[in-house]
Amino acid sequence: MTGAQMILHALEREGVAAVFGFPGGAIIDVFDKLYDSPVPFYLTRHEQGAAHAADGYARASGQVGVCMATSGPGATNLVTGLATAYMDSIPLVAITGQVASHLIGNDAFQESDMLGISRSITKHNYLVKEVDELAGILKAAFYIARTGRPGPVLVDVPKDIQQASTESLYPEEVSVRGYRPTVKGHPQQIQKAASLISKANRPVIFAGGGVISSDAADALVALAHKIQAPVTTSFMGLGAFPETDALALKMLGMHGTAYANYAIQESDLLIAVGVRFDDRVTGDVRKFAPKARIIHIDIDPTTIHKNVQVEVPVVGDVKSVLLDLLDELKPKNHDAWLRQINDWKAAHPLVYRQNGSILPQVVIETIAEITDHEAIIATEVGQHQMWTAQFYNFKKPRHFISSGGLGTMGFGFPAAIGAQVAHPDATVIDIAGDGSIQMNIQELATVAAYRLPVKIVILNNQSLGMVRQWQAIFYHRRFSNTCLRRNIDCPTHCDGMENCGIAYVPDYTKLAEAYGIPGYFADRPEQVRPTLEKALKTPGPAVVEFRIDKEENVFPMVPSGKALDQMLRGIA
Amino acid sequence: MRHIISLEVENQSGVLARIAGLFSARGFNIDCLSAAWSEDEDTSNITLVVRGDDSVIEQIIKQLNKLIDIIRVTDVTENDYVGRAMVLLKINCPPTRRLEASSIANIFRAKVVDISAKSMMLELTGQEAKIAAFIETLRPFGIKEVVRSATIAMVRDSNFKNNHNSK
Repeated sequence: MTGAQMILHALEREGVAAVFGFPGGAIIDVFDKLYDSPVPFYLTRHEQGAAHAADGYARASGQVGVCMATSGPGATNLVTGLATAYMDSIPLVAITGQVASHLIGNDAFQESDMLGISRSITKHNYLVKEVDELAGILKAAFYIARTGRPGPVLVDVPKDIQQASTESLYPEEVSVRGYRPTVKGHPQQIQKAASLISKANRPVIFAGGGVISSDAADALVALAHKIQAPVTTSFMGLGAFPETDALALKMLGMHGTAYANYAIQESDLLIAVGVRFDDRVTGDVRKFAPKARIIHIDIDPTTIHKNVQVEVPVVGDVKSVLLDLLDELKPKNHDAWLRQINDWKAAHPLVYRQNGSILPQVVIETIAEITDHEAIIATEVGQHQMWTAQFYNFKKPRHFISSGGLGTMGFGFPAAIGAQVAHPDATVIDIAGDGSIQMNIQELATVAAYRLPVKIVILNNQSLGMVRQWQAIFYHRRFSNTCLRRNIDCPTHCDGMENCGIAYVPDYTKLAEAYGIPGYFADRPEQVRPTLEKALKTPGPAVVEFRIDKEENVFPMVPSGKALDQMLRGIA
Repeated sequence: MRHIISLEVENQSGVLARIAGLFSARGFNIDCLSAAWSEDEDTSNITLVVRGDDSVIEQIIKQLNKLIDIIRVTDVTENDYVGRAMVLLKINCPPTRRLEASSIANIFRAKVVDISAKSMMLELTGQEAKIAAFIETLRPFGIKEVVRSATIAMVRDSNFKNNHNSK
């Protein structure tokens, strides 16, 4: 068997049902074997698209996503995708071609030091030096990617290794002596946690992406109901707890609900599950949850005490720890606390003002109604992403596919492709802004080619809206380079208020048509529902553009570095 | 606080780069570092001397543990240990002052390893504080060149509680 054959053999043995990638000179041997292989392959139009598609596949399915690219520019185009997956702890295996072993270090054509480049954005990486090591390395790569705190692993395979033949077999078992993640929580820590919970009067469960990656959503719901504690989720945790549940506080943090943030600040016990206390969650970390004792459950010991000092850390797999904890706990009630929370919910709901134009929040609520909160929703990054997080009301895990940690514009569309490949019959929608969608728009060719019925809904405010929002609030409306209508005829400064009459480019309907994809456009509120219904009924992919008001901003908003209860409300 | 951290790592190229990358990416400081083969040809020993408050040291140790090529992390300074560094020192030393220099070397149990018409090279092994004192004592001669090694360390098995002075 050649090295190239071993790579495909490994993919089969690992049960890989989709590979996303792009060929090139240093990986041509693998593509040659792929020609006769049963492994389903999806040719994206850019390697970044392949990395995000593999990531979306992994997020939607819980399986390891796989992407493949050639050396040099092919591999460096994966970098943003690897960094995105790393920040959000998504299991990915990236296989890159490398120039032949004897050329490494010679500045050969399409050579780049991928081990060096990807070191800080992968969980681990390998350069294969001997063909006989290849099988063991691939086995380890899949094992490391999917276990512990998941993450991307890159395997760089020189061209001569792909061509060389090997007698080695794909291993059944793998053991990496420097890598032994703790799965089972320490019983003593679990008892301490149970004891704190039994004494708490104002508990809040704060759930994150770790709940989703350990498939612990059911255990979380059981815990919340058993101890009658309200649940807020981080952005990455959306879907881990049904937002339609009476105990749901929805998202906390910078653009979280006021009632989630108030609950955190008044809580006497924070049960943090599969979270890392990101700065977008905590605001001013010194003023975060000032009255609370904190239990922190996470599989990664480095997250413990990293940003927030906690009283009871429990290192272990979230699901395993939650099930053990449930055994230790007796049912509880917190009627007064839940009454207080319901008062906050009534007094400070998520709101928006009617102004005669299409409201992005209404578009998202309408999508949620039509899809019964059960579509797989990908987003790009920016205002539309936060409105989606606020207004879709996710009910299930693995239905919200969005770049949280890295905040990668251009992620959503290729990620939606991956999610659709994982779930061919599901409704998959990429909710996009007009800034982000242009960053990987070339993948329209991919959805057209594979007839993937991904629906793209562009909330077009003709701006890079989130940056514009910061400029409007914190930078005296100095709209430096956030207007996407701006052209060479514009004056140096523009307050963004007048309708300047400059035509917006591109015309998304025409662009979609160029790819043979139906495009829909609407700019009046009454068109929202019929347009969405028509687009969602369209077989195959579709592009929908809604023109929205560029002055519409995301509220509430905790300004960067402020405490969670120092929210800007926007509107009363 | 200064901590000596001993690592057992996979004997693979790139391990040092992973450690250096970790320290630079997370803003940790390394005072000094020593790396060499171990008895087992598959592994190497790396000794780091790092500085930071308790929370920084906790993160350093956890982050090192997280690197997959690192097999074992030991905070040597949590134990009773022997720590040693080495220095090679070249001083100005005309023949008339050789006796004086070598008597200082004797006091520190240093060795004279080279001698020329104008200079003398000395070798000393010991704790960092002793090496610093040695260099200061010889400074009046005029120091031509100093090369210091990083500290290496090993935990004692003889667990005599009051033995800290002999570190």
